[in-house]
Amino acid sequence: MGLAKRIIPCLDVDNGRVVKGVQFLDIRDAGDPVEVAKRYNEQGADEITFLDITASSDDRETTVHMVEAIASQVFIPLTVGGGIRTCEDIRRMLNAGADKVGINTAAVFNPEFVREAAQRFGSQCIVVAIDAKKVSDKGEPDKWEIFTHGGRKPTGLDAVEWAKKMVAYGAGEILLTSMDRDGTKNGFDLGLTRAISEAVHVPVIASGGVGNLDHLVDGVIEGKADAVLAASIFHFAEYSIQEAKERMMAAGIEMRMS
Amino acid sequence: MTNVKSDRKNVVKKSVVAVIDYGMGNLHSVAKALEHVADEHTEVVVTSDPQIIDSADRVLLPGVGAIRDCIGEMHRTGLVPSIRKAMAEKPFLAICVGIQSLMSHSEENDGVACLDHFKGNALFFGSQHKDHDGSKLKVPHMGWNQVKQTIKHPLWENIPDQARFYFVHSFYVVPENKDEIAGTCDYGLEFCVALARDNVFAVQFHPEKSHKDGLQLYKNFLNWDGKPSL
Repeated sequence: MGLAKRIIPCLDVDNGRVVKGVQFLDIRDAGDPVEVAKRYNEQGADEITFLDITASSDDRETTVHMVEAIASQVFIPLTVGGGIRTCEDIRRMLNAGADKVGINTAAVFNPEFVREAAQRFGSQCIVVAIDAKKVSDKGEPDKWEIFTHGGRKPTGLDAVEWAKKMVAYGAGEILLTSMDRDGTKNGFDLGLTRAISEAVHVPVIASGGVGNLDHLVDGVIEGKADAVLAASIFHFAEYSIQEAKERMMAAGIEMRMS
Repeated sequence: MTNVKSDRKNVVKKSVVAVIDYGMGNLHSVAKALEHVADEHTEVVVTSDPQIIDSADRVLLPGVGAIRDCIGEMHRTGLVPSIRKAMAEKPFLAICVGIQSLMSHSEENDGVACLDHFKGNALFFGSQHKDHDGSKLKVPHMGWNQVKQTIKHPLWENIPDQARFYFVHSFYVVPENKDEIAGTCDYGLEFCVALARDNVFAVQFHPEKSHKDGLQLYKNFLNWDGKPSL
């Protein structure tokens, strides 16, 4: 027995509401991030990721208040991502009660920001989010590239090299999303997940494409992920966190059962 | 004279738990978790004031980030005498980097002298850390791992043996006196995650992030009279 693999539900929050729909039979307001976070906590989630997808930065105060409310009631780790561009953004989120922050686009445009953030706040709270797409053709060796703007803009950066660089700069964890799979429900890009996980010594969270519980199992066993993140399969109450953990346990994966 | 009602209120002196703020990051989670389990007679104070720490009923020493900064800030803020005084006389709990700061020495940051309350060192897992079967293990040791309770202690009360707690760390403590070990964990090797001597208890994990068992440990701390046995 030893360290458990983690299951992390992700809340995509737009203007203070969980989007992509969340359905719990017994919560009155299933769009309230605080209520949703509490419910996932009760179901045995190992961590919670709060992704602020608000298009404008006008309403960051709302996010700060929600993070405060979640952190006062949910005593498991909380990662906040979306719109983190400066050390001041990080400081505000950590002071509000976040344990880690996710840095995505800002890292691509300014890698030194990751180094600065890790030095100032410690690697343990710096999660670098990587959005990658496969760019190799059939028959060629696998190759993935970093994309920004929701997978629309290529950067020319090789995903595996980029992950190594981010760890060298101080990332304490990698949140890896396959832009080919995100939203498809066809499962993680296992080749990508495994390539990155084997290339770095920090934990890798697999994300993008989960459609059923076997996909979570595959992410850990074949993708070598240390944690798996999913949104819609939990939001729509297709599966509970507990059911996901039972499936993982049955596949021989170590889990924290509450 | 004020009215009777407020006089009576003053009669019940609140028990103060001081969370030491020496400038190493956010203590929101620690304070919120303590408040969550505190009764109405307990006051949680996040403070860098030596007088408040000296007069508190119990003291919690948190810690995040790198050890050199932690120890450096403890000295810079002049809080080391208050920390030592508290460890000599009242219930005292150190968490995460806090446990490492109580050792003699840490090998982080090319070697840093620590507070030397517990004889021994904090060592690095190494970036090539391996499991018992030779497979690669990630560093930091991040996530939920099982804690084996190696002694009976008031702070373990109502927490099942082998309960899982949340960890994030790359260094682990190796005390010289094995009798001071209160709990261990397995990650490629069995290592110490809890230390106990007299009125001092220290843990490597984060109780404030460890759901109900973590909250129970904080509750036990708030109820603890500082005696090492039940």
